[in-house]
Amino acid sequence: MAMEAAVQDNAAKKMTRNQVAWRAANEIPDGSYVNLGIGLPTTCANFMPEDREIVLHSENGILGVGPAPEPGTEDPELINASKDPITLVPGGSFFVHSDAFVMIRGGHIDLALLGAFEISEKGDLANWTTENPKFPPGVGGAMDLAAGAKQVWVLTDHVTRKGAPKIVNSCSYPLTAKQVVTKIFTDLAVIDVTDKGLVVREMAEGLTLAGLQELTEPELTLAPDCGILSAPVL
Amino acid sequence: MLDGAAWQRHKGPLIVQLQYIWGSVVAINKIVEARADAVSGVKDGSTVLISGFGAAGVPTDLIHALLDQGARDLTVVSNNAGTGDRGLAALLKEGRVRRIVCSYPRSAGSVAFDELYAAGKIELELVPQGTLSERMRAAGAGIPAFYTPTSVGTQLAEGKEVREIDGREYVLEYALKGDVALVQAEKADRWGNLVYNKSARNFGPVMATAADLTIVEARQIVELGEIDPEIVVTPGVFVDRVFHVPAVAAAA
Repeated sequence: MAMEAAVQDNAAKKMTRNQVAWRAANEIPDGSYVNLGIGLPTTCANFMPEDREIVLHSENGILGVGPAPEPGTEDPELINASKDPITLVPGGSFFVHSDAFVMIRGGHIDLALLGAFEISEKGDLANWTTENPKFPPGVGGAMDLAAGAKQVWVLTDHVTRKGAPKIVNSCSYPLTAKQVVTKIFTDLAVIDVTDKGLVVREMAEGLTLAGLQELTEPELTLAPDCGILSAPVL
Repeated sequence: MLDGAAWQRHKGPLIVQLQYIWGSVVAINKIVEARADAVSGVKDGSTVLISGFGAAGVPTDLIHALLDQGARDLTVVSNNAGTGDRGLAALLKEGRVRRIVCSYPRSAGSVAFDELYAAGKIELELVPQGTLSERMRAAGAGIPAFYTPTSVGTQLAEGKEVREIDGREYVLEYALKGDVALVQAEKADRWGNLVYNKSARNFGPVMATAADLTIVEARQIVELGEIDPEIVVTPGVFVDRVFHVPAVAAAA
């Protein structure tokens, strides 16, 4: 597969899913109110930087989401968007679903971290349906977050399981929203979506821009200070 | 009329049924003792709002009471489409649901829904989660419709009125009212004041406002005044019936 070939050619050090979550979590500015979407983004709660105060929001009526509980202390009535058990930090609160979305839709959430099927060069996001008639679509809060959060970042594998680019010129799946994604964290790179196109801020060790470009449809440019994508072993 | 002291003497645990006492004083008692009475009168073709997010806050006992009651051809409004073989999944499996309105039907174990969907045996109206909760909030507040930027330019806005306000596009969404709401709560009193438990609160309070008949399944029944008025989440005016389902029974 293209992905494996390119990675092998470049001997790139791919990030694990936990490391992608860690990397995104460590980009979040101090003092932010941040919604974590279903899937990989909800795991960011386990990797928040300790030197910052960041309040995590969950669409099911929680502010102050903490990391996963110790085994044996899970509470089935304390869960996140992925329906996984969580903890609540001191200062946290519970509220009705409609207020959770007043926060989202009313512009009170600084940042939403979401998963994606595809992201376009312009920051269009597709993450709710593959249009498979046998496989029901699921939109959840994605369209609300895309429309209402001040910023949207995406966490995703760089390519599909079949090795096809997920960062594309134009989304082939139905859109969640147009021109909303500003930053993309993958297992191979950190990419900013800018007016001048996609700018690579960090790349996995051993990967070249040409190698990354093979796995990405739109043209990439390298940030002048492009660094190495790295994270602790997690 | 009843003076304060007499009222205090009269007030026992679980005062039986709505009753007229001396003149015009009416004891409001929304507590329903029998499971069948909790869901009596739900008609075929009803729109039923069902609280819960994943497995948290789902009124499983009321759903099974509705299954026994027999209403069919239902439209169910619920964030998810049930998992396993209990609760909403059981209602789906028995073919009682014609149409489901939800934001995220798919989940680990949503077998009953997935099979009906793949076979084309159930209608799905997929609604963004915030639009879903806001449509019910609007219904509860007497607001017939509202504009929102959510879903603009997507398939989910197709066929809907779009209006530009101050340079941004918005989609017109209509209030979503239930004939019945089934809601799970932690504590209730006989006036129907409710508090919830952690993230099991989710859709309960907004659904309670948005139906003609709101039926609550509560883990604990407490005396009037035992719930601190400062922390009542759903004031009793929104609630019609309360059915006691102790935690042990609910877990079974």
